[in-house]
Amino acid sequence: MAWRIIEGNQALAIGAKLCRPKVIASYPITPSTHVPETISEFVADGELKADFINVESEQSAISACIGAQATGVRTFTATASQGLALMHEMLYIASGMRLPIVIGCANRALSAPINIWCDHSDTMAERDAGWLQFYAENNQEALDLVLQAYKIAENKEVLLPGMIAIDAYTLTHTFERVDVPSQAEVDRFLPPYKPLYAFLDPEKPITQGSFGTPEHYMEFKYSQQKAMEASKEIIDQVFKEFDGKFKRRYHKIEKYKADDAEILLLIMGSMSGTAKDAVDRLREKGIKVGLAKFTVFRPFPAKELIEIAKRPKVLAVVDRNISLGHKGALFSDATSALASMERRPLTVNFIIGLGGRDISPQNFYEIVEKSEKILKKGKVEKELEWIGVKKEMIP
Amino acid sequence: MKISIGARVEEAGSSIKYKTGGWRSYRPVVNKDKCTKCWLCYKYCPDAAIEKGKDCAVIDYDHCKGCGVCAKECKFEAIEMVPEVK
Repeated sequence: MAWRIIEGNQALAIGAKLCRPKVIASYPITPSTHVPETISEFVADGELKADFINVESEQSAISACIGAQATGVRTFTATASQGLALMHEMLYIASGMRLPIVIGCANRALSAPINIWCDHSDTMAERDAGWLQFYAENNQEALDLVLQAYKIAENKEVLLPGMIAIDAYTLTHTFERVDVPSQAEVDRFLPPYKPLYAFLDPEKPITQGSFGTPEHYMEFKYSQQKAMEASKEIIDQVFKEFDGKFKRRYHKIEKYKADDAEILLLIMGSMSGTAKDAVDRLREKGIKVGLAKFTVFRPFPAKELIEIAKRPKVLAVVDRNISLGHKGALFSDATSALASMERRPLTVNFIIGLGGRDISPQNFYEIVEKSEKILKKGKVEKELEWIGVKKEMIP
Repeated sequence: MKISIGARVEEAGSSIKYKTGGWRSYRPVVNKDKCTKCWLCYKYCPDAAIEKGKDCAVIDYDHCKGCGVCAKECKFEAIEMVPEVK
């Protein structure tokens, strides 16, 4: 291992390189362009023995990965926003064919209006596509999650593709100190890819992803759901093994000052750092606030959430996305997971930081202030709150 | 039968095993007396679900989807489309 100062995109690229993919197909799009750019340099310099396929669109990029992975090799791609949206139909094909492809995704808002800055709308729109979803708080996590995602995705009980989501600019273009493991260390953690079912043998040709009629289709979807359920256990195992080898412990939900918290913030992505800072300062004032950060969003860690939600009186769910016509994605999933609890905390949804709107500690002070009022009243009067919207601008 | 991981089919030429007869809402019925064995129906059937029988055209009901092309093309009204009823 070695300390290096790298941006989030480079962390994804180096993480991918350490996993020795044989095929990388990618199309440039802001803010993830540096990922394929860096990998193409690795390939050109002979540091990575792989085929780098230049394609004409993101739909082609993921299609090339699906084709390559179906021959029996490890593949990688990266994209963002409209690029991920253009991959949409192929994402379902990758998961339905049970191909453990890994994508690095720079979280960027979806048009219109065109916007190249951060929010989680792009990956949240793909939460039903049958992909494992991991969200990074910092560049170290971006790199580490790539290594772990391959190991989880390729497990024989899982065989599902995985997506590492990192926030645009806050991570993709920000340089941070990252502990980069050596190739030998990663080789000891992640063995060479051995396809169990999806491979090309000209002596014994097969069809993959064939026709599934009403007589069979539901069974395929049932199997995918079963694999998602099974992955919950595998994720814990892999996170534990990773900690043993690299001394960094990941959790599906990471707790921060959560154990005695009366108000608990549910957070995702890079804003967790800002939120932790805000929690520290509020704690100094005697406010019992804590935080739970979702590193894994698919499969949804319902069991862990229920455990964490037993003590706090108010859950303030902070979403950097909105499912227009309802609420944020994390709120929807969290509240449905909590529905089975006998005594569940009050829940409120805060929408924040869409399209790259800066997220500051002040935003979290406001969120906690509103949550304190809910705590005092003992009821939620407004379930959906937008933080930082300039009302005077609304026509 | 068990489904495969990733919807694999590991055997070539296996589509015959997939019986599409259940899609049919009308079934073609051949009138042996009217059939002249001209084999127009055999040529037109888009699913290759008609065989040349000894006395007349023989429908493969496991694979016939009931499209009715055979009945339409028959010059001798030897094929009638009959509703499928339980």
